[in-house]
Amino acid sequence: MSNVPSDLKYTKSHEWVRDNADGTVTVGITDHAQEALGDIVFVEAPESGREVDADEATAVVESVKAASDIYSPLAGEIVESNDLLTDTPDAINTSPYDEGWIFRLAPSDMAALDGLLDAAAYEKVVEDEA
Amino acid sequence: MGLRTPLFSEHERLGARLVPFGGWDMPLHYGSQIEEHHAVRRGAGLFDVSHMRPVDIDGPGALPFLRFLLANDVARLQSPGKALYSCMLNAQGGVVDDLIVYARSPDRYRLVVNAGTADKDIAWMTARCAGFEVVIQPRADLAMIAVQGPEARARAEPRLPAAVRANAMRLQPFFAAEGDGWFVGRTGYTGEDGFEIMLPGEQAAGLWQALLAAGVHPCGLGARDTLRLEAGMNLYGQDMDDTVGPLESGLGWTVAWEPAERDFIGRAALTGLHDDPARRAFVGLLLTGPGIIRNHLKVLSNSVEMGEITSGGFSPTLERSIAFARVAPGLGATCEVEIRGKPVSARVVKPPFVRHGKILVDRLT
Repeated sequence: MSNVPSDLKYTKSHEWVRDNADGTVTVGITDHAQEALGDIVFVEAPESGREVDADEATAVVESVKAASDIYSPLAGEIVESNDLLTDTPDAINTSPYDEGWIFRLAPSDMAALDGLLDAAAYEKVVEDEA
Repeated sequence: MGLRTPLFSEHERLGARLVPFGGWDMPLHYGSQIEEHHAVRRGAGLFDVSHMRPVDIDGPGALPFLRFLLANDVARLQSPGKALYSCMLNAQGGVVDDLIVYARSPDRYRLVVNAGTADKDIAWMTARCAGFEVVIQPRADLAMIAVQGPEARARAEPRLPAAVRANAMRLQPFFAAEGDGWFVGRTGYTGEDGFEIMLPGEQAAGLWQALLAAGVHPCGLGARDTLRLEAGMNLYGQDMDDTVGPLESGLGWTVAWEPAERDFIGRAALTGLHDDPARRAFVGLLLTGPGIIRNHLKVLSNSVEMGEITSGGFSPTLERSIAFARVAPGLGATCEVEIRGKPVSARVVKPPFVRHGKILVDRLT
């Protein structure tokens, strides 16, 4: 069973969202997602300053198997991408919720965070897929 | 649900991620495909390849039949146990399948064909054997385990039956020995030394467990694919198929043109293509820009489309993306691969990329 931290929000497309309590959120992919993708070998991260819509394809994570789009869970502006992933994309495999974060976003409407899944609801999504 | 090899429960026990492949449920990996890849380049890995189908062709007509059936010339197999890689062509010069033939004696041969094409292949052979005194016998009773890597033969040695052990350890590359129903070939699909071992299905789990206990790393189809890509070895159905023949898939070296009087299926079509100025080239690519090359991406040269990727992926040994591509004649030393709508720079290289643990292409841009 994969790890689903209770303090994060989630999407049906397997992104997690951490509220940094400074007007920004951090986004990555879940433990379940990294395990399903297999060894991750390349990440195309978004440029800082880019405006994205909710559910817009914002980053690309490539595993040995395939390329997968990563969708922004919320609308807003990209404020930072994880430079570590340029040389060590497999940080997503080894540390999906910490070192393997993908981008940081300043949401245009922070209240939209409440519309995302909580850990229990996300666990249900994963169960239903199995 | 797909077909299951005699090692299916071993894969489940090891927690393999199972995927459908050629009609079979096969392990993709047992955790990390990249670790499995490195295990084969640096130590030893084992693969369940029981989905591949041995086919015995025996009888006084076996040699003339195989010389008609295959584009490579089985008459080159002068000593018992010698192996030969060949394409089996259709009349249009396309590839029905690629396979290995082992000579067991002057009138006994063993072919090993691909899983997904096995039934098609056997029907093809059966439909063309009239007039030859041969018996075609598919050997679904045999399991097949590949043990590959610089340490593979040494780890396998104590696990081989006494009847075949000494002869197996004396084999030159591309030869096989047999005894007690076991058939041990010093062959493989990884670019490393090792054995491919055919044995009775009911004995497969015993060998598998003994090799695991000897520290040999279980490897799935994912690592098998990246290893063969680095080793410059083609995959049927991607790099060549019923519509694309050996001369446009880097397999011209497997076509035996001499002796000129040997008639084999597809010869006339290949002869016509041989001197055709429009004949496409088959090249290796090393991505110098960022990203991963995937199958079917477009190959460009100065924005002009030149061809297509047939097999692409990430090379764990080179730590960047590599590929095979089929392209129009005249591609220069560099090109671009269109990844998500953007041209990314690549260098044209001659495969193999890696053999016996060593990188053979210049990684510098």
